[in-house]
Amino acid sequence: MEAGTNGAPTSSRVVHVEVNGERHEREVDARRLLVHFLRDELDLTGTHVGCDTGNCGACTVHLDGEAVKSCMLLAVQADGTTITTVEGLEEDGRLHPLQQAFSDHHALQCGYCTPGMLMSAKYLLDNNPEPTEAEIRKALQGNICRCTGYVNIIEAVAAAAKGEVSA
Amino acid sequence: MSVPELRATIVAPEEQETEVPQRGFVGQNVPRKEDKRLVQGQGVFFDDVKRHGMGYIHFVRSPYAHAKIVSVDVSQALELDGVYGTLTGDEVAILTDPFFELSTPPGAHIQDYALAVGRVRFVGEPVAAVVAASRELARDASELVEVEYEPLEVVVDGERALEEDAPVLHEEAGSNVVWSGSFDWGDYDAALEEADRVVRIERLHFHRFSSTPLECSGALVEYNRGTGQWTMHCNHQMPGIGAIWMAPSLRVGLDKLRFVTQDIGGAFGNKICLHPYFVACCLLARKLNRAVQWTEWRTDQHQANAHGNERTFLDIEVPVRADGTMLGFSVRAIDDCGAFPRYEPLGAIIWAQVTPGCYRWRNIRVDFTQVCTNKSPVSPNRGYSRMQHLWLTERIVDIVAQQLELDPVEVRKRNYVRSDEMPYETPNGCIYDSGDYARCLDIALELIGYDSLEEKRKEAESRRKLLGVGIGSTLDSGTNNFGQSQLVNPELQFSGNNEVATVKLDIFGEIVVTLGTVPQGQGHETTAAQVVCDILGCTPDDVNVRPGHDTYWNSHAGFSGTYASQFAVTGLGAVKGATEKLAAEMKKLGSVVLGCTPDDLELAGGTVRMRENAEAALPFMALGAILNANNAGLPEDLDVTLNCRYVYRPQFEVPDLERKFGNLTLTYATQIHACVVEVDRETGAYEIVDYAAVDDCGNRIHPQIVEGQVHGATAQALGAATHETFPYDEDGNLLTPNFYDYHVPHAMDMPPLKNGFIESPSPFSPLGAKGMGEGGGAGIHATCAAIQDALAPLGQPVVYDSCNPYNRVWELMRDPAASASLVTVESRDGSRS
Ligand code: FES
Ligand code: FES
Repeated sequence: MEAGTNGAPTSSRVVHVEVNGERHEREVDARRLLVHFLRDELDLTGTHVGCDTGNCGACTVHLDGEAVKSCMLLAVQADGTTITTVEGLEEDGRLHPLQQAFSDHHALQCGYCTPGMLMSAKYLLDNNPEPTEAEIRKALQGNICRCTGYVNIIEAVAAAAKGEVSA
Repeated sequence: MSVPELRATIVAPEEQETEVPQRGFVGQNVPRKEDKRLVQGQGVFFDDVKRHGMGYIHFVRSPYAHAKIVSVDVSQALELDGVYGTLTGDEVAILTDPFFELSTPPGAHIQDYALAVGRVRFVGEPVAAVVAASRELARDASELVEVEYEPLEVVVDGERALEEDAPVLHEEAGSNVVWSGSFDWGDYDAALEEADRVVRIERLHFHRFSSTPLECSGALVEYNRGTGQWTMHCNHQMPGIGAIWMAPSLRVGLDKLRFVTQDIGGAFGNKICLHPYFVACCLLARKLNRAVQWTEWRTDQHQANAHGNERTFLDIEVPVRADGTMLGFSVRAIDDCGAFPRYEPLGAIIWAQVTPGCYRWRNIRVDFTQVCTNKSPVSPNRGYSRMQHLWLTERIVDIVAQQLELDPVEVRKRNYVRSDEMPYETPNGCIYDSGDYARCLDIALELIGYDSLEEKRKEAESRRKLLGVGIGSTLDSGTNNFGQSQLVNPELQFSGNNEVATVKLDIFGEIVVTLGTVPQGQGHETTAAQVVCDILGCTPDDVNVRPGHDTYWNSHAGFSGTYASQFAVTGLGAVKGATEKLAAEMKKLGSVVLGCTPDDLELAGGTVRMRENAEAALPFMALGAILNANNAGLPEDLDVTLNCRYVYRPQFEVPDLERKFGNLTLTYATQIHACVVEVDRETGAYEIVDYAAVDDCGNRIHPQIVEGQVHGATAQALGAATHETFPYDEDGNLLTPNFYDYHVPHAMDMPPLKNGFIESPSPFSPLGAKGMGEGGGAGIHATCAAIQDALAPLGQPVVYDSCNPYNRVWELMRDPAASASLVTVESRDGSRS
């Protein structure tokens, strides 16, 4: 982090990020979490906060193609990166197969964990298009859902991987 | 008359063909209306709502479990740039009245405010609040608030709280007792006489945990200076009751409080007691003349919002006949509600909805005491109060079976209420509406391959694993008769229940449904649409159900909310009633236009049409337009609004307060679960290797949603049975204040779940459906039973606690005599074992 004129750390800094294909240049508080930057400053409120210890995964986004918990990064650390949030999942105005599969299989109830689940699941399928059930479970272990018991989430991810989603 | 002209809107038969009337969406898995916005990240949760110049609230919280507040100094915080203002307990004590208490004395004397006044009683209790321009700044500023405390002795144990020399939390109440009472049904003494054996269990303990919804609590609150009204964009799940608490405390009328919700990230009962926080928010919005927003942090939720009730059962006594028929039981229960009662002492009666569990026990005696301790307050938590009691009934069955060397399956079947006895009146006057517990059990056993159990045991044994099977049989009692509150306090003016819906036909033929309920993931928009479209002869796509709740929609009643397993009965009952009213009005209007009687008409294919001549039809759009925008010439006495409100009210009587007798809930959904565990012989580590959940909630409106609820309730129960616990140290510090320490099930923890169901329609509910969202905690009971069964070869230890992490299982293995000694059996030939 840059030093201020008096030797104290600067309290804010300009960051450049590309989020869901759109470029942003913002001055942000140095201690601002990436998740709060996305939610409060870019108004991308699909990314949620469910904990304060990095355990729940509700805040999961893709940062330069990696699934990360955006509550565990400062916004300034994202400078120069490309980010995808749940709002960027749709392709040509159509739901991503994972989004459709989640609906088909009733893989969401309250929907609060869903954005994070989708981003973790997408990361899995991007890197392992034909996962086994055990691989799906492992890929989602950093995401807590308090509503569904995971049964239908796992089914939905498996269905999306096989391309078995409703039109 | 302009009527002949209006006939021009009749739909030609060719056009109708494409709109074949569809009936029977109820019972089908139609796509959920909620899903699209939620998978797109376009839901609106309270923290997503923003206002220009809004302030962020951070609460200054007590680091002590019990202390006098000597002074609170906010001056340094106020000096920080970007801080908008503060609120202290002293201000709260002047500006508000203490919240209304539900209890009779001594609990009635407890004074509960939005912020601590003069004393703190649990770690995390809010002492002051700071509002600033950002979340971070508010947090910083809160650290500049200087609070001087004088620590007091702490009590964290319910039994200890009852001792003479225990520190007293609420001196106004005189002791730590909130409420106590005894219940005596049937003839317990005669049952004791009649018994061949009496099984006595010294103590059992149901632990503290909570459903910990993934979205924490909070609100964005705006104050309108001109009208004196507050609008709360929030996630309160029971605004009707919230307003009853808040308005008198704020010294305003109920209509000054507007609750608005859209999407809520789970609630499970934990978002019922938000009134202290919301009052603080309201005071700040008014004081600072600024929109303010409060988002609870996870640690705050764990430390200082809503735990489930902890309950210790003492001196349990069970009279049994030689053949395993149980005649009832007696018990002394101590319920620990933490520092403030809030929704309590309702939990001191709610358990009585399921007094004998699933069993035909006729003689039951319960001595119930609820106490305060220096721990987080409790609130309803999925399975509220019945779960604790049902865990007791299930433990009784399995411990008796173990002691008398009976088969737990046979004992259950012998003692279950039988399907041919339905509707069945329990000893305390509750009416079990329908069900077939034995059949559900058979299905569960088949799903886990019970027939080949002995081979599986042997096979596991060859791997040094102990295999055990356990059953959990529970009832999810739904649709409360609030008259039961009078059993804890005869002065309370609550009884019955109600829920509201409005259904209207708009100008362009759009059907718009407004619910009084406050959904949190249960799919109300979808199931309401299913009910509406079946009555109106259209499809769910034609029905727009407004998401969430808004008190200004005038579509709520005193008991509005989403809680206590009732939407399928009360919520959909209201929707059905309102839609039937609308249907009648549509026919009435149609009859005027078409020149016939309403009885000549039917609703089908998105039209109202002549039964005998489908060509004579008016599309909904025509009806909506005629009444709302093109109504010249309609008869003066035509009493049609096409905007119909209906209040569903189940039929209840006030219980007999003397005998504590009466029907406390309308429906009883059944859950029979079977759990198979394998325990490592060396370490006590165990794994659930097979699991079946069989559910009977009467007619299923949307089977997929029902199954989803079963999965979720099971996951929460398994989490509670194995890991989830809120233990405190002796200084009153919560040891699991976040998701790092409080381990909820992850995808890798969940065992394979097998589901079964039967449908025993409720004879009492509008759609034959039953509320079922809570489940009865069957997974906790089944897991406890399975562990006890697995460990039996090691000297018959007794599972005495509802939470059994590996270390506790290991202790049971290492010293089986310790837990076994909690149980004695008296044979009526005089011998004891
Ligand atoms: S909010 Fe990021 S892991 Fe929970
Ligand atoms: S759907 Fe509610 S937390 Fe997952």
